[in-house]
Amino acid sequence: MSANLQLNDDGSLRHLLSLDGLPARILTQILDTAAGFLSVSEQEVKKVPLLRGKAIFNLFFEPSTRTRTTFEIAAKRLSADVVNLNIGASSQSKGETLLDTVANLSAMHADMFIVRHSSAGAAHLIARNVADHIRVMNAGDGRHAHPTQGLLDMFTIRHYKGGFHNLRIAIVGDILHSRVARSQINALTTLGCPELRVVAPKTLLPHDVEGMGVHVYHRLEEGIKDVDVVMMLRLQNERMQGALLPSPQEYYKYWGLTPEKLRLAKPDAIVMHPGPMNRGVEIDSDVADGRQSVILPQVTFGIAVRMAVMSILAGN
Amino acid sequence: MKIHIKNGRLIDPKNGIDAEQDIYIAAGRIVGLGQAPADFHANRVIDAEGLVVCPGLVDLSARLREPGFEYMATLESEMRAAAAGGVTSLACPPDTDPPLDEPGLVEMLKFRAKSMPGPRVYPVGALTWKLKGERITEMAELHEAGCVAFSQADTAIVDTLVLMRAMEYAATFGFPVWLRPRDAHLVKDGVAHDGAVAARLGLPPIPVASETIALATIILLMKGTGARVHVARLSSAEAIAMVRQAKAEGLPISCDVNAHHLHLTELDLADFNPNCHLYPPFRSQRDRDAIRAAVADGTIDAICSDHAPVDDDAKELPFQEAEPGATGVELLLPLTLRWAREHGRPLGQAVDLITRRPAELLGIDAGQLGLGAPADLCLFDPETWWQVTRKSLHSLGKNSPFLGMEVQGQVRYTIIDGHIDFERHHNH
Repeated sequence: MSANLQLNDDGSLRHLLSLDGLPARILTQILDTAAGFLSVSEQEVKKVPLLRGKAIFNLFFEPSTRTRTTFEIAAKRLSADVVNLNIGASSQSKGETLLDTVANLSAMHADMFIVRHSSAGAAHLIARNVADHIRVMNAGDGRHAHPTQGLLDMFTIRHYKGGFHNLRIAIVGDILHSRVARSQINALTTLGCPELRVVAPKTLLPHDVEGMGVHVYHRLEEGIKDVDVVMMLRLQNERMQGALLPSPQEYYKYWGLTPEKLRLAKPDAIVMHPGPMNRGVEIDSDVADGRQSVILPQVTFGIAVRMAVMSILAGN
Repeated sequence: MKIHIKNGRLIDPKNGIDAEQDIYIAAGRIVGLGQAPADFHANRVIDAEGLVVCPGLVDLSARLREPGFEYMATLESEMRAAAAGGVTSLACPPDTDPPLDEPGLVEMLKFRAKSMPGPRVYPVGALTWKLKGERITEMAELHEAGCVAFSQADTAIVDTLVLMRAMEYAATFGFPVWLRPRDAHLVKDGVAHDGAVAARLGLPPIPVASETIALATIILLMKGTGARVHVARLSSAEAIAMVRQAKAEGLPISCDVNAHHLHLTELDLADFNPNCHLYPPFRSQRDRDAIRAAVADGTIDAICSDHAPVDDDAKELPFQEAEPGATGVELLLPLTLRWAREHGRPLGQAVDLITRRPAELLGIDAGQLGLGAPADLCLFDPETWWQVTRKSLHSLGKNSPFLGMEVQGQVRYTIIDGHIDFERHHNH
């Protein structure tokens, strides 16, 4: 199972590929470590020397400036040397295989690969094929997993709600195509969230999603009733019109989070979104910028969480 | 070459034999059973003590990758692998490059195959030109060139009218049509069974309905066209129930299953092992159990290897990008034996499913060891365990879900047309 590839023989974290199968002990260790790093970003000199001399390669087979930047900042705050590679545009188009690319970069004495790829399992494939000392972090693989996003969401929830044991949480939107949703579900079920809901039309839900430990709701009004946390998902442009959904307007009308609908949640409910947002499609601007929104703090916490994972991987 | 095989356990389901019995071979035929014919002087005596002596295996689907895919495997390598797997006759699907849609290509393939040692090769012709599902092929000409049946290989005919015409035209001559039930729209970019594992791993799903809807279309068209259809590679409990029903109605339908599907399920995909990327996908445990039961009760007529050697470059990729298929011709016997052992079925039934019954589906003179029959035999040790490794596989394709695992049942001799084509020494 996936857990074995991610863990050392002593049970410590070797690679971060997915939150599926990671024990609560490790998730908590990452969140605790991240809490310690939060202050680094607030110092005048935003740097600690933990990863000095380490070479971290950002291997992005799928373009993403935002995510890549957050990993880059995290690595630099730990004093690592960062190399950014947008492979989509170079080697792959010249016919070099994924594993050849990785072998070449390994020969340049990489210590860690941060991998983003459009196919599920790409980070697993790389982790299975790198030298013993190299660590792999998954920065998103197809629809499968985006573990650091899942972790920063856990950090955010713990920060505002103090824990997970008494919470009712709803994940709203395109679950089917979302690696973020899968990582959130894995983390929340592991950390003991007693009631986890997914809210979406049937076309945006995987069959057998209940098997992951969630309750399925199709109507937003019912799905967010009395919840403590609303986690919105981004709806990709290409999915807004076609066989999955008729139009962005209809989606907004039935599944868009408006101030009226948010009133059905608990009064102190927080609203999260992994970004980038489609205002007026999945979320109304008044909610995105409202008092219950914690969307910007999520970004800040994201740096600390990525620093935490990098330092833990490098230390194991 | 005259061969005397002694002390073996002869299993010949067609002739109802399962007994210790010697067998005598001369001029490519079985010339004696139990006792030697007059004036028989063997050039070679094989002591088959502890071995099962049975008809050579008949594989309904083995890709030899020629012409066109020689970078994956060659005719020579895969013929040798087949012989090492005890296979003496095989049908090869038309998904070569170019596809087997012209008599010249079929003749060339047959000629090439005959020029080298190894099993008898029976090409399955393309049902439509370039397998595009648009224009039917010259089936009568292809039949004369040596095609035993017609199929679309792994692809589907999207246009139902073309499918109906192709079935009608084949039925004109009584040619069997081999079809994979596959609704192209529902499969789309899917790579894994639409179940809990695909949901968790985020793999694009292939719903069961992609199989059952296509199968319903095929069954309904059979009624109108009178075509004889062999349904290739069933994967779901629902589809099996439909075939069972069609058989009960008396339709001329038969079906097979890939030996891998007797054992593996969607759970084996965890960790994204690209060697478990097959089409149709491994489905749920319930589907796997239905397959095993349907093989036992005869609803599934035969087990095949669906041999698909794939080179490392096309497999060492993220799961959904990896070329589907598994090398299988050397695992057909052990995987079938494992089914019999785990399902409590007699050895004779296992042998039947990979010898006589596929031979009947192909309409060839093979799969039995009666007096005068072609001397195609497999001698195997049913007890020996061996490890599936890159080295132990003769196929150039090393893409097996069973890599690293131990399987039971090892081929010791393969005799084709009265010649010893493959021989494994004991402690090897």
